[in-house]
Amino acid sequence: MPIQYYITLAIILFCIGVVGVLTRRNAIIIFMCIELMLNAVNLLLVAFSKMINGFAYASDKASLAGMDGQLFVFFIMVVAAAEVSVGLAIIVMMYRNTHSVDINFLNRLKN
Amino acid sequence: MNTIILSAVFGVVLMLSGIFIENKSAFKNIAAVALAILLSLNIAESYGFQIFRINTGVFLHFSKFGFLFNSICLGATLLYTILSGRDIENVGNHVAEYFALIFFVLCGVGIVTAYTNLLMLFIGIEIISIPLYILTGSDKRNLKGNEASLKYFLMGSFSTGIMLMGIALLYGTNGSFSVDRVSREMMPLTYLEALGLILIFVSLSFKVSAAPFHFWTPDVYDGAPTVFTSFMATIVKVAGFAAFIRLFESRYGNMGGQTDRLIAVVIVLTLAFGNLTAVFQQSVKRMLAYSSIAQAGFMMFAVYAVNDAAKEGLLLYAASYCLATIAIFAVLVKMEDYSFEGFNGFAKSEPLLAGVLVVCLLSLAGIPLTSGFLAKYYMLSAAIKTGQVGLLVVLAVLFAAVSVYYYFRVIQAMYFKEGNVVYPAVSVSYKFTLVFIAALIIALGIFPNLLLQFLYF
Repeated sequence: MPIQYYITLAIILFCIGVVGVLTRRNAIIIFMCIELMLNAVNLLLVAFSKMINGFAYASDKASLAGMDGQLFVFFIMVVAAAEVSVGLAIIVMMYRNTHSVDINFLNRLKN
Repeated sequence: MNTIILSAVFGVVLMLSGIFIENKSAFKNIAAVALAILLSLNIAESYGFQIFRINTGVFLHFSKFGFLFNSICLGATLLYTILSGRDIENVGNHVAEYFALIFFVLCGVGIVTAYTNLLMLFIGIEIISIPLYILTGSDKRNLKGNEASLKYFLMGSFSTGIMLMGIALLYGTNGSFSVDRVSREMMPLTYLEALGLILIFVSLSFKVSAAPFHFWTPDVYDGAPTVFTSFMATIVKVAGFAAFIRLFESRYGNMGGQTDRLIAVVIVLTLAFGNLTAVFQQSVKRMLAYSSIAQAGFMMFAVYAVNDAAKEGLLLYAASYCLATIAIFAVLVKMEDYSFEGFNGFAKSEPLLAGVLVVCLLSLAGIPLTSGFLAKYYMLSAAIKTGQVGLLVVLAVLFAAVSVYYYFRVIQAMYFKEGNVVYPAVSVSYKFTLVFIAALIIALGIFPNLLLQFLYF
């Protein structure tokens, strides 16, 4: 498939994530939308990695070009996992105090 | 490399020592000693003494600028630990973990001052951010703290997602994550590349709280425990600028002025929002949050100008801003009442501390003979050297004049208003460190080369 399809799909997924973060009021759903953004980036990186490898493949069949894109994906996964562990802990802490995960309750600081 | 590895090791050591050591106040001393070791090893490494000989290849490149920046951050953290260590103990029961998280943040600072690869930029920014989400929410029973922490976390990971999209787009057009690819220098940007660069710019602006991406800052700084606000507003913020300037001094900076206008708009918006909203605040803590936005506007000049003068200016700015803000927060955290009225008559009861506060506030406002003045001067002269500003510099000076108003309100409350301040008894070392900071601010204000010479020798 041409690379444009992947870019378009990734950007659509990313935009769904951004719109979700900006419009939804539930902390868990916002969190899911952020994960969606990260996974859109993962998809795009893998697609670019394959594309760059494809350029080098014509001259050198054993080329390692484009490897770093796939490597990056693993780093994103690790960091996203670390973020999830911290983020869910924060949401649970919030829930214990307010018995809600609605971020509309987050207006004590506006004065 | 010394800083990156050893700060992570010290962090783990501190975290594990929490199991064995019962005495809370021991951690402060362990952390101070560890920071002193880190600082001296970092300075030694800039003169060629490496403990770890690791080939970092295309990922990290250590420069004099990076080492000096690390030294400033480590030195500021050392002073912060000495001044506010007692207050960190009062936040909660997990003192060892708080110090460990601070060390992990320093590890991230070491990475963002040296990266040459967008992968390392991402890792560094995340290593800085994730411990901060925890520190912000460290006061678990406090609803304001919870809210600040959740808000910071959602905004922070959102901006991380934006940065990753930018990195992916740059990768797609360049075929590499390296920021130092000179072969395509001065080529016009392709659409995808420009979009990627703008996305990274937006996300880094989030991290350093430049307008129009600053809206989380006042709430988070206000809700976090005051000791950690001090850390977030100083060391972490200037580290963000180190990341910024390394990205823009690479080939992405020399785009024939294609990004200049964007940065200029961000600078003006940041200065305007920060200064004009700070004027209307009733709480000193919240005023300092807005003032940190305003100061970020001045530090953005380094990203605008990206030349040698700008780098010198950023170093001086980082040092003077960190010193002054840490000292003010160290005094503020012990106050009962954070409003301006809470400072009424402070000079009568604590003349020494009031004197130190005056020096720090003058430095933040940029009055001559303090380092804050020279820092602002270096920044503006760096911008003028690029030869295409005029209005921008005039606006910056006008907004600096506005900032004098809200800094002087604190001085006015301390000296010219009647009131009774109940201030807890403080130790001699606390007072000595504060006086030392004030002396350092004035010394840097007269001889900036005390600091900047390390960049060349």
